[in-house]
Amino acid sequence: MTAMDLQQAAIKPVDEATLRSALSAQGRPRRPHAFSASLTLAWRALLKLRHSPMQLFDVTMFPIMMTLMFTFLFGGAIAGSVGEYVQFLIPGISVMTVAMISMYTAMGLSTDIAKGIFDRFRSLSFWRPAVLVGALLGDAVRYSLAALVVFVLGFILGFRPGGGIIGMMAALAIMLIFAFSLSWIWTMIGLLIRTPESVMMVTSMASFPLTFASNIFVDPQTMPQWLQVVVWINPVSHATTAVRGLMHGTAASGDIVAALIACAALIVIFAPLTMYFYNTKNAR
Amino acid sequence: MESFAVERSAVPSTEYAIEVTNLRKSFGKVEVLKGLNLQVQRGSLLALLGPNGAGKTTTIRILSTLIRPDSGSVRVFGHDVVHAADAVRRRVSLTGQFASVDDDLTGFENLVLVARLLGFSWRQAKTRATELLNAFGLEEASDRLVKHYSGGMRRRLDIAASIVISPDILFLDEPTAGLDPRSRRYVWDIVRTLLNTGTTVLLTTQYLEEADQLADRIVIIDEGTVIADGTIGELKASVGSGSLHIRLRDPLRRPEAERIVAQSLKTAVTLESDPSALSAQVSDPELVASTLTNLSRAGVIVNDFSLGQPSLDDVFLALTGQPAEDQNTVKEVVQ
Ligand SMILES: Nc1ncnc2c1ncn2[C@@H]1O[C@H](COP(=O)(O)OP(=O)(O)OP(=O)(O)O)[C@@H](O)[C@H]1O
Ligand SMILES: [Mg+2]
Repeated sequence: MTAMDLQQAAIKPVDEATLRSALSAQGRPRRPHAFSASLTLAWRALLKLRHSPMQLFDVTMFPIMMTLMFTFLFGGAIAGSVGEYVQFLIPGISVMTVAMISMYTAMGLSTDIAKGIFDRFRSLSFWRPAVLVGALLGDAVRYSLAALVVFVLGFILGFRPGGGIIGMMAALAIMLIFAFSLSWIWTMIGLLIRTPESVMMVTSMASFPLTFASNIFVDPQTMPQWLQVVVWINPVSHATTAVRGLMHGTAASGDIVAALIACAALIVIFAPLTMYFYNTKNAR
Repeated sequence: MESFAVERSAVPSTEYAIEVTNLRKSFGKVEVLKGLNLQVQRGSLLALLGPNGAGKTTTIRILSTLIRPDSGSVRVFGHDVVHAADAVRRRVSLTGQFASVDDDLTGFENLVLVARLLGFSWRQAKTRATELLNAFGLEEASDRLVKHYSGGMRRRLDIAASIVISPDILFLDEPTAGLDPRSRRYVWDIVRTLLNTGTTVLLTTQYLEEADQLADRIVIIDEGTVIADGTIGELKASVGSGSLHIRLRDPLRRPEAERIVAQSLKTAVTLESDPSALSAQVSDPELVASTLTNLSRAGVIVNDFSLGQPSLDDVFLALTGQPAEDQNTVKEVVQ
């Protein structure tokens, strides 16, 4: 590297003519569309993934560990056999996986925001939420990959979805929408808390009740009444019900609507809050 | 300082690209800007000088809408930075003190990214990125990740990203800090070319030489207030043209040399830590020749001498009677 830098240090003098022509730029284009700005920032997220593919490691290892652990740990106890439990668990585990991975998004974002590039973003005049929307869109690739890992592993373990390919695709779509909606919570936490380490701590604390007080692992019928209420309020449960139904081809349209309402509620509450904290960060 | 506080009420306010009146800003209990006043003429370059912690970066961040002022009026081309932030953003561009480029992308990708966010199509963005990389001598590094760039390359890329669309005002926060002389001159050339194309530039620096090279006007701030505002000529007139540094062959003759220099230059002489060196402020460069002659007549042998530009320190000494105080020393050491 040093040799290269030295080589670069032999700077040619400024070529006034080239510079002048580069500076006498054509007029200013229109302010980019909200959508186009978001896409550009999603492109940025994908480039980072391409430049350091190691980021995909946790995305693949985490779901493998989760699926194996829970299948063999609880399978016998809860459903009588591993084969039966897998039918119940795989949809839930895939929802849990994308929910967990969406926390990494927030952690990445909070490290990112501390860097200089965000100053540049904030001094340009494009649609502000694009920075967050773009990062989340870019992460759809990671979510899909993680979900795919769970599907494949599940299939090996004996998961046989009755919904077929169409059902799986629809379930994936719900999962992506859900992960996107949930991300706003983590992102908000990421903006409020200073260091990435403490962001990680707070988000993983929050993720335990979110995933365990849900219908991912067991049917809530067996739980005490108050816990059933908690499970019902938990948006993760609605996403899981819909995903499970779609995969097995038994989804009622009400389940899907409920999942979408849960997603919408997350966005309506947390997206404006997140944007508020983003805009006022360091601006106090 | 009174000696070059300049009357400028005659100029109509429309001539100003930037007008700051009584700007105040605190972070928690720390009052950083204490009623700052600043005007920048369209198409000119104003250099904002001050020691660490004086409030230069804070001022620039307020001007580029990154942070809000507590009170006072801050207008850029007549637009208020708080109420018309978006209008301001569309006319200004910032090259921050700490590189505002993305380390994890290549130089090319960085410029495409900014161009896209300004509204260029993908094709236009790529053309523009290539054009700028060429103009800034970065074509060979265009496909390398920025985290592997040298400091000078990073600075150039940063400035390139700031002028993807030629801005009406460019803010440069210490654009040459930490650069070697060659890279520094390169950046200066870029700034001059920008000025020639009509861009207004507000630049902060710690080097008086940089201001001397580039600036039409200089404002010196200290602890959040303006302590000097004028042209470089006015500033120098108040400070003297610089300082004379002398090194003697024989340290034992220094007391004698001190007397001769003090008499010839009619100022106080500073004895430096090097036992054979001494220096003095020069009010009139004419006197330097006779000083050296007087020394040689007395048989004091001068090994070398230099007539330096006044440093920011000299200016502070002249303006405030005390050396520039580094308010961030403790903080920076801790970090
Ligand atoms: N976000 C912040 N929170 C708290 N204090 C801050 C913040 N930003 C700046 N300060 C303080 O404000 C003072 C002025 O800082 P500023 O960065 O404007 O100085 P500067 O003139 O740019 O200095 P330097 O030459 O070191 O860049 C410093 O004492 C700094 O510690
Ligand atoms: Mg600064």
